[in-house]
Amino acid sequence: MSDKIRTQEEIAARVKALESMLIEQGVMTTQAIDRMVEIYEHEVGPQLGAQVVVKAWTDPGFRERLLADSTEACKELGISGLQGEDLVALENTDSVHNVIVCTLCSCYPWPVLGLPPNWYKDPQYRAAITREPRKVLREAFSFDVPESVEVRVWDSSSEMRYWVLPQRPAGTEDWSEEQLLALVTRESMIGVGPLAEAA
Amino acid sequence: MNGVFDLAGTDGVGPVVVPDDEPVFRAEWEKAVFPMFAMCFRAGFFGVDQFRHGIEQIDPAVYLKSPYYEHWVHTVEHFGEKLGKLDMAELDRRTEYYLANPDAPLPAHEDDPELLAFVEAVVPAGAPAGRPSDKVARFSVGDVVRVDRSSPKGHTRRARYVRGAVGEVVLHHGPMIYPDTAGNGLGENPEHVYTVRFSNAELWGEEHAEPNGAVYFDVWDPYLELVTPAAGSAAAAPATPGGTPA
Repeated sequence: MSDKIRTQEEIAARVKALESMLIEQGVMTTQAIDRMVEIYEHEVGPQLGAQVVVKAWTDPGFRERLLADSTEACKELGISGLQGEDLVALENTDSVHNVIVCTLCSCYPWPVLGLPPNWYKDPQYRAAITREPRKVLREAFSFDVPESVEVRVWDSSSEMRYWVLPQRPAGTEDWSEEQLLALVTRESMIGVGPLAEAA
Repeated sequence: MNGVFDLAGTDGVGPVVVPDDEPVFRAEWEKAVFPMFAMCFRAGFFGVDQFRHGIEQIDPAVYLKSPYYEHWVHTVEHFGEKLGKLDMAELDRRTEYYLANPDAPLPAHEDDPELLAFVEAVVPAGAPAGRPSDKVARFSVGDVVRVDRSSPKGHTRRARYVRGAVGEVVLHHGPMIYPDTAGNGLGENPEHVYTVRFSNAELWGEEHAEPNGAVYFDVWDPYLELVTPAAGSAAAAPATPGGTPA
């Protein structure tokens, strides 16, 4: 296997060469490639996880079902699929803060969060988050978790896909669904950041 | 295998860099590579565990320094060559051609309605790893367990930082494909999967660990040995799948 660090131009040429051979073999078509890209650029993303979070905030029965069996609860909202065949939602509380990682590769709950950001896949995050989670959250994400709150890091080493149910902020009881959706950031569902500031 | 991909606890790799915003795919070539996982899986190149093991065999310097989706290129090539599906000399020749002619077109080809239907079906359905098995779970929620500390040469999900560590079983997920066989081309051989909670002090030592924290790590049944059975439970009572985190 190659020990050469390639430039972007060299990678692009290698990929095009590989793609051309897979196309000739009938393994890929540009039509199917374009469709798969379109799905993960525009259809499957963190806006789906946000819908689940807001439903859990506003429907106590759904919240219970989500915590008991996240996979089945998400299916109620039509959310399921690749790299999220077995989902587990982790509820943040006054005493527990959850954060997810995959230290061995880059496992991530695609159906609720879409494809992972690059920092999640980079060696730096995977190296540090199990060892010094508070430091990583503080220095990379400007996010302080008080020492009184336990930090639980979930290393996605099997096909179970963990993700975080953030706490609903106090004072949002009268908010519309649209207002609540705007609070739920991708980072809050990974566990590395807070909810968005109220607009 | 012991390799640089097993990153947990590695010091000195630098700060986590988080851009304000970035597109889902940062380059056009990433858009061609991402679908290769699902489409080459369909074409019989690999299962997901083998796919990961192909990535683990990338040159360590390249692994750490190359963009993420380039790892996928390496594993597709690895299995394409191994299975005789890719002529590597031809791949090198075409690479030179596209390097000199980056705007040269891909080969003309027909659409394939079955492939498109596969994409539309597999995205929402996925490929679950759960499998029926008559194996009895050897551990129960609440058991204190130790992770086998040996170093297998092939694919495993037993990361180095949990080997030999003692923790508590907090979830039982039921039998799933066993990566230590599936990832090495030796069949699915389903085994029970559990989540084990390890305190920070257990993993890193009291002196070096952050306070008030724990790591939750998923393991397969053969990775574990019993240290202390769950308090108040019969040692032989099997755990029930599912349940919420302790």
